[in-house]
Amino acid sequence: MRHTLRPDELPAHARSLLDQGFRLALVAGHDDTVIGRDALRAVYLFTAPDPDRRVELHVELDRARPHLPSLAGLSFPAGRFERELHDLFGIVPDDHPLPRRLVRHFHWPRGWHPMLADAGDPPDFGDTDGPYPFRAVEGPGVYEIPVGPVHAGMIGPGHFRFSVVGETILNLKARLWFVHRGLERLFTGRTPESGVELAERVSGDTTVGHTLAYCLAVEQATGLTVPAAATRVRAVLLELERLYNHVADLGALANDVGHGILNVHAGRLREELLRINDAVTGSRLLRGAIHPGGATVATLPDPDRLAVLATEVAELAHLALEHSVVRDRFAGTSVLTRDQAADLGTLGYVARASGLLVDARHDHPFLPTPTDHVRHTHTEGDVLSRFVVRVEEFADSVTRIAALTGGGAQEPERDRAAAGSGVGIVEGWRGTVTHRVETTSDGVLTRVKIVDPSFFNWPALPVALADTIVPDFPLTNKSFNLSYAGNDL
Amino acid sequence: MNVAGGVVQAVVVVGGAPLLVGVMRQVRARLEGRAGPGIGQPWRDLRKLLGKEPITPRGTTELFRLAPLVSLATVLVVAVVAPFVTTVPTVGPAADLFAVVALLALGTVVLALAGLDTGTAFGGMGASREVTILALVEPTLLVAIFALSVRVGSTNLGAIMTATVEDPARVISPVSLLAAVALVVVTVAENGRLPVDNPSTHLELTMVHEAMVLEYAGPDLALVELASAMRLAVFLGLLGNLFLPWGLATGTDPVALAVGVLALVVKVGVLGALLAAAEVFLAKLRLFRVPELLAGSFLLSLLAATAAFFLA
Repeated sequence: MRHTLRPDELPAHARSLLDQGFRLALVAGHDDTVIGRDALRAVYLFTAPDPDRRVELHVELDRARPHLPSLAGLSFPAGRFERELHDLFGIVPDDHPLPRRLVRHFHWPRGWHPMLADAGDPPDFGDTDGPYPFRAVEGPGVYEIPVGPVHAGMIGPGHFRFSVVGETILNLKARLWFVHRGLERLFTGRTPESGVELAERVSGDTTVGHTLAYCLAVEQATGLTVPAAATRVRAVLLELERLYNHVADLGALANDVGHGILNVHAGRLREELLRINDAVTGSRLLRGAIHPGGATVATLPDPDRLAVLATEVAELAHLALEHSVVRDRFAGTSVLTRDQAADLGTLGYVARASGLLVDARHDHPFLPTPTDHVRHTHTEGDVLSRFVVRVEEFADSVTRIAALTGGGAQEPERDRAAAGSGVGIVEGWRGTVTHRVETTSDGVLTRVKIVDPSFFNWPALPVALADTIVPDFPLTNKSFNLSYAGNDL
Repeated sequence: MNVAGGVVQAVVVVGGAPLLVGVMRQVRARLEGRAGPGIGQPWRDLRKLLGKEPITPRGTTELFRLAPLVSLATVLVVAVVAPFVTTVPTVGPAADLFAVVALLALGTVVLALAGLDTGTAFGGMGASREVTILALVEPTLLVAIFALSVRVGSTNLGAIMTATVEDPARVISPVSLLAAVALVVVTVAENGRLPVDNPSTHLELTMVHEAMVLEYAGPDLALVELASAMRLAVFLGLLGNLFLPWGLATGTDPVALAVGVLALVVKVGVLGALLAAAEVFLAKLRLFRVPELLAGSFLLSLLAATAAFFLA
């Protein structure tokens, strides 16, 4: 469903949708010069589950005075999307409570907005956009610990500023967006097939999640149909990606509390899964398998082999949770309450560990039949819950793969018309990945907007860390395991 | 005077300490199913670091430059004067309990000051954590060894060890066992091993000892690493000789010294391997639980001291 609105009509529509249980899944800015119209446009995508509903609000903007009424008071993610709109397109959200830069790199010159059609190549570093001070926490014994953006391990660039008294964190500010790659802009002008290689590299560990979301969006836009068997193969690949990432996280969480032996075992299990990936797709990171209109694999994974690995992962989790010190470090650490998780719009295992039921496999299925939510035993929102949710999802994914490779009902293929725009929603291993594409009538991409779940989940990290001690930060950070690359496009 | 004994002890501790660290890492690697870099790796690392250009952060003072030397010197003095290979004192009665503990504490304190001297958040954070642990560990160390000294009537470490050699039944006395447990915890805490600190982590925010020395590089770092390896060897050596003093030379003839060296290497090697093996099964405690562990070890040492008076 699509509505075209004037800017002043937007808040009333948005409020009505949010009241009906919709969430804001994506906001995309458009410079319509590329399709021959001298205007800017903002597209708001709202989605709701049970049944799968998607509503788009299009707002046309005057290029000379691109202003929008801010929705930050209605939805926290909306406020962040609006700051992104401002940084990339120069669209001003009126009455925004926090109108400072978000994705904008500190050294971009003032007034340069990289997504405008006339932005050109990246300019030299120039006049910066003014200071962007950290909130200073004052009081006896309060001091600051700056960490990053260059870290000791293999981590993306992020600067963290802790305000600490003794060892207790009073305030944490995470400053990301150090490596803008101009990825969304690179899609423009490409054919859908040649966009796949970009989609596979949005975030290295979410190849399938992003590629699948991209392909679903492209297929809707260009009217491509996908054979039922290929759809099931795609679902299998999506679960394979979840398996190897979850098992790596389980090991890393144990390693962060100094219990390295479990990390070594998790590394072995991950390697076995990567070899399965290699056998299935010819790529350890599952690249090259999914393309618009289908999916190609060499073979399907052996469900019995995966079942053996599932028992070993269950044993690894048992060893971790029966270790009293490991359990003590996990339990009650960095709690994200259900209300906080809901208000911030968190997704994926972070949301599910706080007791929210969000899962695109159920809410926005691309398979003919939606699947049930996974039942989780720990939903307290602490590190323990985020650990156990991963363990339970691993077991669930293995069951799903067994069911999917066993065959399924042949759906009759329906022809569909090219819509010119499309939305792909996929439950990647980290959470709900959303892509929205627009194409010309001959199928050339004019705009691709990508939203990684990390964009929604990053703000939850400082919230969960309130009153946590500094030495528990790396553990908490790992339990969220958010993407820098997927966040900074 | 016993120059030969002192020289032998210094050579064995300096040469063997990095190998001890190598053995411990190798044991851990093998138990985790990894190949491991071999026991010579710490020496190769030291050689590499010593070949680098010295570099110090802007704004640091002489304290930062002297701290590695002082830290190394204190451990070296302990290695010379304390009875590791022979009980015959090298330089007068310096092998005193209080002198040795004070020297080891001095090495830690000077590194903590150097950590503060850098003016970085990590240096200050590491120093603050290290001193917190030090303050809780030192009383335990003193009281535990004091408990062992009561029956001998002397705080001279050589005298305590000689008395145990002459009366082996002491080793399984309640005093000795309680003190042994307390001293094991002290050794773990003082040397930044699991579950108090994780020596192999790369996560700056969780570090204790490593955060404090984060700004050191090149030859200075080599000295810090060598001093830290020697501290571990010294602690394990004292632990071994206080509770299993057999093989310790009581004279200065070359054969006795050779036996003493062999006994020391075996004892420290076995204790190190046991410590490394135990670490595989441990995880790092939450920082605020560390005082609970150390308070427990202090209680044990206090019980040992009390028992020394009442069960004597």
